[in-house]
Amino acid sequence: MRNDLNALLAGLHNHEARSIARAISLVENDHEAAEVILASLDQHHITSSQVLGITGSPGVGKSTLTSTLVRHFRGQGKRVGIVAVDPSSSITGGALLGDRVRMMGHALDPDVVVRSMATRGRLGGLCAAAGAAVRIMAASGCSPVIIETVGVGQSEMDIIRLADLTLMVLAPGMGDEIQAMKAGILEVADLLVVNKTDCLGAETLTMDLEAALRGKKNPWQSRVYKTVATTGQGIDELAIAIDELDAIYRSSGEHDRRRHSSLELETVDWAVELLKPRLLKELQEKIYAAEPRQAARKLLARLCPSITDT
Amino acid sequence: MEKNKDLTEWQDKVLAKSLARFPERRKQFTNHGGDEIPRLALPEEIDDQYVRLLGFPGSYPYTRGVQPTMYRGRLWTMRQYAGFSSAAESNKRYRYLLEQGTTGLSVAFDLPTQIGYDSDHPMSLGEVGKVGVAIDSLADMEMLFEQIPLETVSTSMTINSPAMVLLAMYVAVAEKQGVAPQKLQGTIQNDVLKEYVARGTYIFPPQPSLRLITNIFQWCGENTPSFNTISISGYHIREAGSTAVQEVAFTLANGITYVQTALDAGLELDVFARRLAFFFNASSDLLEEVAKFRAARRLWARIMKEKFGAQNPASCMLRFHTQTAGYTLTAQQIDNNIVRVTLQALAAVLGGTQSLHTNSRDEALSLPTEDSVRTALRTQQIIAHESGVTNTVDPLAGSYFIEQLTDRIEREAVELIDKIEQAGGVVAAIEDGFIQRQIENAAYAYQKEIESGERMIVGVNGFQITEESRPPTLRVDPEAETMQVAALSQLKKTRNHDRVKNSLEDLDRAARTDANLFAYVLAAVKEYATLGEICDVLRQVFGEYKQH
Amino acid sequence: MHKHNSPFRVLIGKPGLDGHDRGAKFIARALRDDGFEVIYTGIRRTPEEIAAAAIQEDVSAIGLSSLSGAHLRLFPAVVEALRAAGVTDIAVLGGGVIPEEDIRQLKEAGIDEVFTPGTPLEVILEAFRSACRQQRKTHQP
Repeated sequence: MRNDLNALLAGLHNHEARSIARAISLVENDHEAAEVILASLDQHHITSSQVLGITGSPGVGKSTLTSTLVRHFRGQGKRVGIVAVDPSSSITGGALLGDRVRMMGHALDPDVVVRSMATRGRLGGLCAAAGAAVRIMAASGCSPVIIETVGVGQSEMDIIRLADLTLMVLAPGMGDEIQAMKAGILEVADLLVVNKTDCLGAETLTMDLEAALRGKKNPWQSRVYKTVATTGQGIDELAIAIDELDAIYRSSGEHDRRRHSSLELETVDWAVELLKPRLLKELQEKIYAAEPRQAARKLLARLCPSITDT
Repeated sequence: MEKNKDLTEWQDKVLAKSLARFPERRKQFTNHGGDEIPRLALPEEIDDQYVRLLGFPGSYPYTRGVQPTMYRGRLWTMRQYAGFSSAAESNKRYRYLLEQGTTGLSVAFDLPTQIGYDSDHPMSLGEVGKVGVAIDSLADMEMLFEQIPLETVSTSMTINSPAMVLLAMYVAVAEKQGVAPQKLQGTIQNDVLKEYVARGTYIFPPQPSLRLITNIFQWCGENTPSFNTISISGYHIREAGSTAVQEVAFTLANGITYVQTALDAGLELDVFARRLAFFFNASSDLLEEVAKFRAARRLWARIMKEKFGAQNPASCMLRFHTQTAGYTLTAQQIDNNIVRVTLQALAAVLGGTQSLHTNSRDEALSLPTEDSVRTALRTQQIIAHESGVTNTVDPLAGSYFIEQLTDRIEREAVELIDKIEQAGGVVAAIEDGFIQRQIENAAYAYQKEIESGERMIVGVNGFQITEESRPPTLRVDPEAETMQVAALSQLKKTRNHDRVKNSLEDLDRAARTDANLFAYVLAAVKEYATLGEICDVLRQVFGEYKQH
Repeated sequence: MHKHNSPFRVLIGKPGLDGHDRGAKFIARALRDDGFEVIYTGIRRTPEEIAAAAIQEDVSAIGLSSLSGAHLRLFPAVVEALRAAGVTDIAVLGGGVIPEEDIRQLKEAGIDEVFTPGTPLEVILEAFRSACRQQRKTHQP
């Protein structure tokens, strides 16, 4: 068993596809080797890598845009990682991870590392697993690492907080503009992208968004990037904007602030993940109280006496 | 019965003209007792609603059929889809089928041919000659139709993305036989839109694909006036798991897109519209299928007249080929499939099909053997000559159930077509995955019903037996691929390289303009440029479609 | 140790040029509804692409579907591509219009299970479950 782990760590060190994939699984499944694996990662690579979030409603062409961006980055000789997150069924726990279809064009490229991940119905936890996957990829030399999520649920929006900067993708005819304003997504996104600009209604959507963004103090936040992911139109401009904004964030301290907050988020997530089995076990063994908040406080008092005064 | 003016008008104008031009097969149609069977049964009273919804056969809205006398005039074309292995092997099968009484050929191409790859392309590995015949160049096409008179035979070709190349080859073969393009009869499938949602043999993105299709409409309008330039296909949509309503809706929505594209390109509606053909599935729900065919016919007539303003009656006629439903065939107790096919074929005939392919009993196991193909053909012949359903027109009309179901299918199909139009049309609905999702959901629900036992499939989830021996199946010679690749390499050595190169360069230049590409493709195939070479030129200019 | 309730991961692939994906999509959805995490490759993939994706996604089993009669070339090619990458512990299952006499040949080439038309869904699901359990048992670092 120890030999297997050593072989895995060696493979990870050599950026072998199989070892990267196994390592992500072990961490995602919270295997006992997870900590050793995560501790072995090349911190230098992790620090210097760029982590991009791409989010948007189903049907806006997110995955196609991601795939087109990947082609662009590969053209620049960059090794790219993609963590594609899809929701799990809350009833069966299963998931159909369909984003792989658009990524198959890169399947034989050893410098495009793709991992499909399901939310697995975790409240937190997902950030822990996805964050670990991002760092495993970054440590293997991937930069950028792209986290792609469907921007609908809270847990998906949380994952976006793992990114250094986030692209929000919209498309005409989806009723997106209203959704976006309602959900305050314009606040979360660093760059707004209107995809499918060859389709009817793209101009109106772009103008509406620009109107909504007017008055933002940062110039990049008042601009809308227009793309046609299927043809690659607008991708070069978008990629330049990503790099420019990344540079601004790095020099302004925003980058560090976000990295710090993402580590915090992951840490809290891990704490909950690690605590959960203990809590459940304790609950099974002993009935605390009928009132859940009170029960929770008593439970914590027993398991973590140092925080009894909460 | 009081003489109705609509009826009189139909009898005097439509029917009389038709009878004068195409006499019925028999002087009199009678039963065993000698009683005469009426050509067309009608309600006691022909009111406005009857005329509006059903009308008369050969008249708008064509609910009761596209010809005034239907099968009393001429039986449907019995057309068995076939082709496998090499051109020489397939040629043998075609000649056998013609001897056995089929009245039209239907060419099945292998997957590399359908996707525009030569047999030596890496993606062709293992697929050469498997589901149809491998065609790399004009040389293969010449062999495929050797000793088959293209002047008299009507040929249907199941080819979509590279339809222009294969049709050009057909025209070139005919020319070598001394047959002018004007005399050619047949159909090319040429329906790329459904490939994106159901069958998967796409090459180029939708826009350039639509251009190729429109180029074909135009060239054929001028050169092959008796050739159907497209077969707008619901068959594969249904095979992919759609419901009957979805089959009608998605097929006609595709049809609307082709018409609109051709109009946008400046083509004349009443010239190209009469060369549009359709292709539907005949599944096992007998009555629903009959209603489906009738609903599709009426809806298309209305679309052409009301939406597009067609003037020529022929533009409003939905003429269709039918194939029995492959997805209903079982690998268990395969003789049961003969019964399924009989019911399905009967639905197609009661629904007024213009041509029919009946599947063979062993197709859930492999390609059909010659014996099975013969039984499938005999099934059609028994319906045609023994069942009696061909003696009268649209026999199920007026049944409360059939008419209500016809109305419902039409209404629900209209709703679905409207939804697609609201979503920005078919191309947008494909790119969004709307159509694919609808089909997938229907397919999933259907299969779940089988798994739960709610829907019985005889021999599969009920009335099973233990089967000891497997029937003999047809195997494609594994050497066929090697031989085809060798022949291709030989061809490349013997043709005139400069002329091939020049013809491909001409095509490349033309593809970058708005020119009609047919003449360029025809020139290239005549130089024995291969299918793969021609498609590669177009791939360079048009790009390739990627699955979403 | 693994948390044994973490879902099994499998990949459904369509090698070759056959575009009839009704069966593949049905199996993918049925596996999802049975609690699997399912990666679907879409149609028209090479055996090498399917093997590479399976390795990157760290699945326990691959399900292949082909209805065009090319299974004797394409299914073993996936096994070979896996072996070439040093992977021998991902199960490979196949289904489609496959004549009885080909099944033995496919199994000899390393295909673990072969399903023909009409196989009950439960039999297929159980084969995937069992392949995944097997891999999880033997594969612990």
